[in-house]
Amino acid sequence: MEHLIELKNIYKIYQMGSETVHALDGVDLTIDRGEFVAIVGSSGSGKSTAMNIIGCLDVPTSGTYHLGGVDVSTMDDDDQAEIRNKMLGFIFQQYNLIPKLSVLENVELPLLYAGVDSSERRERALNSLERVGLRDKGKNLPSQLSGGQQQRVSIARALAGDPSLILADEPTGALDSRTGREVLKFLKQLHQEGNTVVLITHDNSIAVKAERIVRLQDGKIIYDGDSRDPRAVVQPHDEEDGEVGA
Amino acid sequence: MNFTQSFRLAIKSLTTSKMRALLTMLGIIIGVGAVIVILSLGNGLTGMVQQQVDKLGINMIQAQFFGGTADRLPDPEDMYDMVEANADILTGVSPYLGVNAVVRHGSDKFDRTSLYGVSEIMYNAATGYTIDGEQLAKGRFISYMDVERRENICIIGAYLEEEAFDGDALGKQLSINGRPLTVVGVLKRNAELEMLPGSQDDQIYIPYTTALEIMGSRWVNLYIFTSTSGETADAGKRIIEAYLNDFFRTDDGMWDYFYITTMAEQANQINAMMGVAMGVLVAIAAISLLVGGIGIMNIMLVSVTERTREIGVRKSLGAKRRDIRSQFVIEAGTTSAIGGILGIGFGWMLAKGIGAVLGGMLSENMGGGVFDATPTMGAILLSFGVSVGIGILFGYLPANKAAKLNPIDALRYD
Repeated sequence: MEHLIELKNIYKIYQMGSETVHALDGVDLTIDRGEFVAIVGSSGSGKSTAMNIIGCLDVPTSGTYHLGGVDVSTMDDDDQAEIRNKMLGFIFQQYNLIPKLSVLENVELPLLYAGVDSSERRERALNSLERVGLRDKGKNLPSQLSGGQQQRVSIARALAGDPSLILADEPTGALDSRTGREVLKFLKQLHQEGNTVVLITHDNSIAVKAERIVRLQDGKIIYDGDSRDPRAVVQPHDEEDGEVGA
Repeated sequence: MNFTQSFRLAIKSLTTSKMRALLTMLGIIIGVGAVIVILSLGNGLTGMVQQQVDKLGINMIQAQFFGGTADRLPDPEDMYDMVEANADILTGVSPYLGVNAVVRHGSDKFDRTSLYGVSEIMYNAATGYTIDGEQLAKGRFISYMDVERRENICIIGAYLEEEAFDGDALGKQLSINGRPLTVVGVLKRNAELEMLPGSQDDQIYIPYTTALEIMGSRWVNLYIFTSTSGETADAGKRIIEAYLNDFFRTDDGMWDYFYITTMAEQANQINAMMGVAMGVLVAIAAISLLVGGIGIMNIMLVSVTERTREIGVRKSLGAKRRDIRSQFVIEAGTTSAIGGILGIGFGWMLAKGIGAVLGGMLSENMGGGVFDATPTMGAILLSFGVSVGIGILFGYLPANKAAKLNPIDALRYD
């Protein structure tokens, strides 16, 4: 069966002044439909770059990336936008809700850009809010909700477009531990319902909630396997200092 | 993307920061307001000129003689004969000498009074009107004998009777360049409100022969003709022109020997001049629109920077460049459109205010007439269209900047 995500020999090289930075240094990674994968690494490990490339927000310097069988590694801005719209659902650390739009309008946004007509848009956005238990908050502004509720709205927004892949970037980073656990439980539930979830984090205790852990260090994959394997949480050169990912 | 959402978002951001919105729109409001004021006042003036023409009679033709190289000018008898010979088109003629002279009554001096030397033909007893639209209030008009004998008589306007004679002028005397003249008739008052010096009520008719003597000149060089109607004025002009070309033995004596103009032509000239003046004023006002456009561009650039993260989020959710671009262009267009509407309202009110004051003054000076300073539908639509266009034009650059933002940088922006 075809892989959902297939990264082959991916390099991402930046020129920072006189220095050449290999943010990703020959990464090969495949993720299948229905998996729950955590990409872990400390700050500077390349996990944010990996997330940008998997999320079609950036293109690799070299290597190929197939998402759902389509080569997206050389796409232009607008084509990438369409892929993001149709296949990806983002959950950000800072929720990234648009403050002037109501909760419902925020959830409708991906459908708006997909060209869904207004009555269907509303219907699907309300269903999506229903799934995160916030159907009655549709008319509120994001600022009228708590942090945990806002993150649930952003999950509803990610789900609204029925994406093939849910990409969560430090989703609990801005939440207290109790609401953080709720959000993780929710991601787990989404996985159990058959969704593919990729979680990007620096925190081992969060990463172990996933089935599979991919550990990055200096732009290379140093571990890829079951999250219950003790080696998954061992860091050969442990520089973990609780810093939030770069 | 979705127009209604962009539009609602634009309205929302305008209403959440009203002061900023107002300042952004100020240039457009002032520019559009100024254009509306100018066009409205121009409209009012054109209307007033038309009323004046209608009142004086669109069937009036003026002929002025320069003589060129000729040693004599036609005399009034020649003119009377010509009109009689063309009675199917021309209905009357009178000398119409503008006299520069000092009018005195006792120790009072009237230096703004208009003085005209005319013949008895000037007044049509059957209709009760003079050729230039005046009516007699009391006494009589100039007679044939007055002209023949160069009588020292005059017919005065209502203003002079009021000011110089306290409302009882008949039989009394005033002096013109030291020559005493007896008042034999008084004209009907024109002004509805206050009569002013130099207005249509401040004038005197005297026999043209008397006027020639006062001026010390031999020839009558200005005539006023009437035709059967406004439509025949041009035909009348051609008859007079043919006659004068014949008289001066020239093929085209216009400008060298004489100049003939109809009332309609004069009105057209005035309107054309006003059109040019209005064009210049509108062009100046348009500079304000340009400044307004730059103001909108400035605020849109600020807005794009402030909303970088929003742009990043929208892009991550699948917004294409054109979606982002149209969102900001619609926002700029909405801002300037609202500015345009406010400017139209503001200009309209201002034009009404100025029109009320200016119209009152003009109406006094020109002896009646309504000054209606209302913008035409065309002017309103044009101003609105131009303001929307300016918003779109000046909003495009910031919108394009937003559209080209890199989603990663935009998402990380604080």
